[in-house]
Amino acid sequence: MRKRSVADLTIGEKAVIQSFDDESLSLKLLEMGCLPGAEVQMSGKAPMGDPICLNVAGYRLAIRKSEAATIIID
Amino acid sequence: MSATIIALVGNPNAGKSSLFNQLTGLRQKTGNFPGVTVDKKSGTWTIDSNHTATVVDFPGVYSIYPKSLDEQIVTDILANPTHPDYPDVAIVVVDASNLHRNLLLFTQIADLGVPVILALNMLDVAHKQEKEVNAVKLSMRLGVPVVRINARTGEGVEQLKKAVLNHVEQPLPANKLFFDPGDEVAGLITDTKTQYQLANNYLALQYIIQHDGFTFLNRQQQVGLDTIIDKHQFSERKFQADETITRYKRISKIVADTVTQKRGANQPTWSQKLDRILLHPVWGYILFTFVLLLIFQAIFAWAEPFMDAIDSGVAWLNGKLKESLPAGPLTDLLTDGILAGIGGILVFIPQIAFLFLLVALLEESGYMSRVMVIMDRIMRKFGLNGRSVVPLISGVACAVPAIMATRSIGTRRDRLITILVTPLMSCSARLPIYTILIALVVPSKRVLGVFNLQGLALMALYLLGLVSALLAAYVLKGFLKTKERSFFIMELPTFKLPRWNHVGLTIWESVRSFVWEAGRVILAISIILWVLASYGPGDSMEKAEQQVRQQNPTLSDDELQNRVASERLEASYAGNFGHFIEPVIKPLGYDWKIGIALLSSFAAREVFVGTMSTIYSIGDGDEEGVTIRERLRQERNPETGGPMYTPAVAWSLLIFYVFAMMCMSTLAATQRETKSWKWPAVQLVYMMTLAYVTAFATYHFLK
Repeated sequence: MRKRSVADLTIGEKAVIQSFDDESLSLKLLEMGCLPGAEVQMSGKAPMGDPICLNVAGYRLAIRKSEAATIIID
Repeated sequence: MSATIIALVGNPNAGKSSLFNQLTGLRQKTGNFPGVTVDKKSGTWTIDSNHTATVVDFPGVYSIYPKSLDEQIVTDILANPTHPDYPDVAIVVVDASNLHRNLLLFTQIADLGVPVILALNMLDVAHKQEKEVNAVKLSMRLGVPVVRINARTGEGVEQLKKAVLNHVEQPLPANKLFFDPGDEVAGLITDTKTQYQLANNYLALQYIIQHDGFTFLNRQQQVGLDTIIDKHQFSERKFQADETITRYKRISKIVADTVTQKRGANQPTWSQKLDRILLHPVWGYILFTFVLLLIFQAIFAWAEPFMDAIDSGVAWLNGKLKESLPAGPLTDLLTDGILAGIGGILVFIPQIAFLFLLVALLEESGYMSRVMVIMDRIMRKFGLNGRSVVPLISGVACAVPAIMATRSIGTRRDRLITILVTPLMSCSARLPIYTILIALVVPSKRVLGVFNLQGLALMALYLLGLVSALLAAYVLKGFLKTKERSFFIMELPTFKLPRWNHVGLTIWESVRSFVWEAGRVILAISIILWVLASYGPGDSMEKAEQQVRQQNPTLSDDELQNRVASERLEASYAGNFGHFIEPVIKPLGYDWKIGIALLSSFAAREVFVGTMSTIYSIGDGDEEGVTIRERLRQERNPETGGPMYTPAVAWSLLIFYVFAMMCMSTLAATQRETKSWKWPAVQLVYMMTLAYVTAFATYHFLK
């Protein structure tokens, strides 16, 4: 089965970041505080479910659903 | 020590620009960093009676690894001590409410070997979140001066001055690196340091990773670095990821030691509650539409009393001058040439001020980034990006800064498409044209109680611009294929009350540059035009006048005057030009007078109204104090005898100006930003074709 990613979270759900499956994107996400071991919470979705808003590292981050799908949570 | 340079660096939304305004006040200027076209805001800061410094405001970044063009400048300067803007001291502005993420950039900059002071900002925000930061401990742990400031109120600026002076007089010895790449890849770093005579391990690492973006390295030096990378089989991405993770690990320890948090971190703040509405699938869009409506209402309805006042003021002055000055060509030049031209500029100040006021408020409050989020999905369909929203909305003010704002778009193709379609957004220079023509053919009636019919017509034109920008983007998306991946990763800042001095500065700057930059061009063209319209080849104008007087001996004095004036205009140089291009524009419903205005506004569309003012006040005999709007309404079509500006002609002109690329500055900006002549050429051709075809269709449909 495919691993669950941040894109699969429901609103309000929390998870811990495990790894990334896109290297170039992961560099940007790391710098923005999405670190392996950090807790993320899906805080909201834009209309039509994309982009999404995350609570991570003490602030709010908006990213596309496809980008969230590269952040593996379990 | 007069040449002290201080750099302001920090994350976006950390309060960097607030601090910049606190330090420099009105003594700022916008220019370019040498060699690249990235906006450079710098200003003068008087530290004490003996010291002044030049403060340079750097673009906001999250790390020294750039994601987009405007971010590149930060490392390009900070890694190059010979750069003219290399700072004596860098003040890194840090958001205390998010110390963890903000310290990443701070530690990188300190490691580059730049002398740093940490300005700890937004302590009040942190306090509200029940976080307290111990600045003394932080300073000890990082080994740098830490100053508590409040960039909005100016608190802490005195301490900042002291810290800067200490630094300038007695520079601190360099610290041990926070992250030392020499620990991990010693061979690679040593090779780079010896070959490029560097002393700093972290700087050497930046040479390795970022050399393609470093403008201070020549081709040969860049190739040399590639050779070192090959020799050591160095994986840049892997290393960069490790660096970020290691830094954050160390930062976490410091944050744990210096910040006390009383409340659970993940309780929704009021910002988050507000976002539930702003990003709501239904309410989000309704609210955005409402905001747009408000902008147009302000531009059209609220600005009108101010515009009328300016309009009649200029007309009154014109009449007074004509009365009190001796009649003659000089008086005519002053009144019909210069004053008519200046009046055409001044009258649009209220609209431009309102527009920039509202756009500044949207940016300041943090609402603009919510708009990017709700628009990203739609924009993506058209080959654009959520970040394209800012250029598109700023395009409503002026395409030149809008095109420069596309630098924050990280993907090349998204950026190019945004540049190409942004000028389709109706800019403030089109506003004068729209205003006058709409007032001619659309009655000022109320609909639905609140909306003015003219305001709605104006909004329709803006929407037409927006829709065609999106369609054009969609077509371009088909032509421009790319393998590069588009991305959208953005911080949602917390909502803030606007800083009124910021908003005030923005409005002042935009009005000043409109009056000054556009004004000079309009004024010059008005004068040239007046000369061309007042003199003709040989004695053609005198002949025309005699002919009128002979043919119409029975006309009353007033009517004769008018007839004479318009015949003289037709015989003038300007009249000849107008007649020359009449065959081309006749199918669109325009006559030679409009032709003169089209020609003169080719380089800058805002000249159109000024030209019309000049032409019609010359062709106007001696009627005093009549505004251009009334004059256009009175204009007759010599062929039909009815009004010249029928709805068909007015709408054809309106549509023409929605699409026509009549702005040299925009083409120049496109050329600069794309570094090619091909794209401005493409832009010119596609927009002009669109303008001609649609204006033709409009005229024949409404005729």
